[in-house]
Amino acid sequence: MLRVRNLEVVYGGVALVLRGISLDVPTGGVAAVLGANGAGKTTLLRAITGLLGVHRGAITKGTVEFDGKRIDGMEPANIVRMGMSQVMEGRRTFAELTVDENLRAGAYTKGSGPETKANFEKVMDLFPVLAKRRKSVAGYLSGGEQQMLVIGRALMQSPRLLLLDEPSLGLAPLVVEQIRDIIVGVNEAGTSVVLVEQNATMALSIATVGYVLETGRVVKDGPAEKLRDDADIREFYLGIAGEGRRSFRDIKSYRRRKRWSA
Amino acid sequence: MSDFLQVTVQGIAAGSKYALVALGFVVIFKATGVINFAQGGFVLFGAYLAYNVGTTWGLPFVFAVVLAMVGGAIIGATVERVALRPMIGQPPFAAIMITIGVLFVLEQIVTSIWGFDTLNLGDPWGNDRIAAGDVTIAVRNLWSVGLAGAALLAFFLFFRYSNTGVAMRATALDPEAALAQGISPGRVYTLAWAVSGAVAALAGVTLASGSGQLSPGIGYVALAAFPAIILGGLDSPAGAVLGGLLIGVSQALTARYLADWSWLGTNFHTVMPYVLMVLILLVRPYGLFGTREVQRV
Repeated sequence: MLRVRNLEVVYGGVALVLRGISLDVPTGGVAAVLGANGAGKTTLLRAITGLLGVHRGAITKGTVEFDGKRIDGMEPANIVRMGMSQVMEGRRTFAELTVDENLRAGAYTKGSGPETKANFEKVMDLFPVLAKRRKSVAGYLSGGEQQMLVIGRALMQSPRLLLLDEPSLGLAPLVVEQIRDIIVGVNEAGTSVVLVEQNATMALSIATVGYVLETGRVVKDGPAEKLRDDADIREFYLGIAGEGRRSFRDIKSYRRRKRWSA
Repeated sequence: MSDFLQVTVQGIAAGSKYALVALGFVVIFKATGVINFAQGGFVLFGAYLAYNVGTTWGLPFVFAVVLAMVGGAIIGATVERVALRPMIGQPPFAAIMITIGVLFVLEQIVTSIWGFDTLNLGDPWGNDRIAAGDVTIAVRNLWSVGLAGAALLAFFLFFRYSNTGVAMRATALDPEAALAQGISPGRVYTLAWAVSGAVAALAGVTLASGSGQLSPGIGYVALAAFPAIILGGLDSPAGAVLGGLLIGVSQALTARYLADWSWLGTNFHTVMPYVLMVLILLVRPYGLFGTREVQRV
């Protein structure tokens, strides 16, 4: 469904942030993109949805294809119309608009026809919390409610591919569980998902394929169950160490291993 | 008492003209976060366009108003595309400086086409007066009040109920997030400037017709509308209208009653809007209807 090939992104003409990334999202699948701060996860999403321009970034090499059609260089609005929606990092609700108005802004490309009404009902069913607070100003919702609101806002576009940037960021573990279940539900309803996360445990628990990014490169990829069992991933991203206490020497060797694998 | 009422009514009529000017400021600020100092230039341009269509070409007044509004919209959109689009992503301060430049350019264009002479738009609203008790109201003043009211209502409905209006507010709050929803900020900005240009033209026509006269000085009336938007709250159409009315009434009352206090000078009513603005801002720093930034702590 989504095919990224050898993508290279430069910010401001100087900072090379993505150094040749390739990635495939199968139709109906969930692709997890893992990596530490500054690995290039958010940049990858921006490059896919066409938001690089806002940040003075540009694709210097490589291609992005959606349903076999090249979308790199397309206007963000047209990419949204093709059926790809993004939930940005940090929630980014329209803070002074009400819940209803946020959802209407999400449905901008769809207008206010029967499709939007149906989507609105779906979002209300999916998020009963929002249904209770339709007239509330978004900025005063709790963090979890805001995250639900922006996911709902993206769903108003009836996306076939949903890209989520760190939806678990800053949320309580219980709320992360809820968000996780929602993503699973959305995926089961037929929407493919790209899930960018630092919370690797959560991401790999629902993903079909996984990609690990480090300093702008894919250092590991494969089916999610394979990544879950990978010794390095367990160590670096899932925080499950092997047996015995680790000495400083081990840390040094794992740093080296990490660098080499990258 | 009847004297007081009469002066108040005149103040309201003048205030509704300020309100129309102020609405133009608010639309641009609400959508783009820029305070448009060229608003006076739009007012000027619209008034002269109406003069050209209505008096020089001799077409009916309705056409003059409509064509002036269309012309104002085109000017507004053009200014945005040419002068302000490249400033997206720059600090608002830079864009505001550019609008000051645009004001000077527009003034030059207007005076080079129509000259510096005082012109007369005539009395398109008629010279009739209505007597209500002790107060007489000029019909043309009722028109200004009615137009300001209609414009406010239109704005309210637009921002609250139309998808484009909601998209505009969303863009003002977070342009990138709006872009991610498929809303094109560029189109929203152009639209805001076009609407603002059209409202400015309407304001220009009401200012220049009837007892008012058409001269390049009309552009400065926009300066009087400035305290109106500040005290009403920069991002509130309702605040703009209320602010405009307050300014108009306070000016009229000051001109009538403070003239006896010679130590204040003879033209204190021109200062009054600013005195009022400072007083209101002391109590309500965001203006009467301005929104405080929503923030969760």
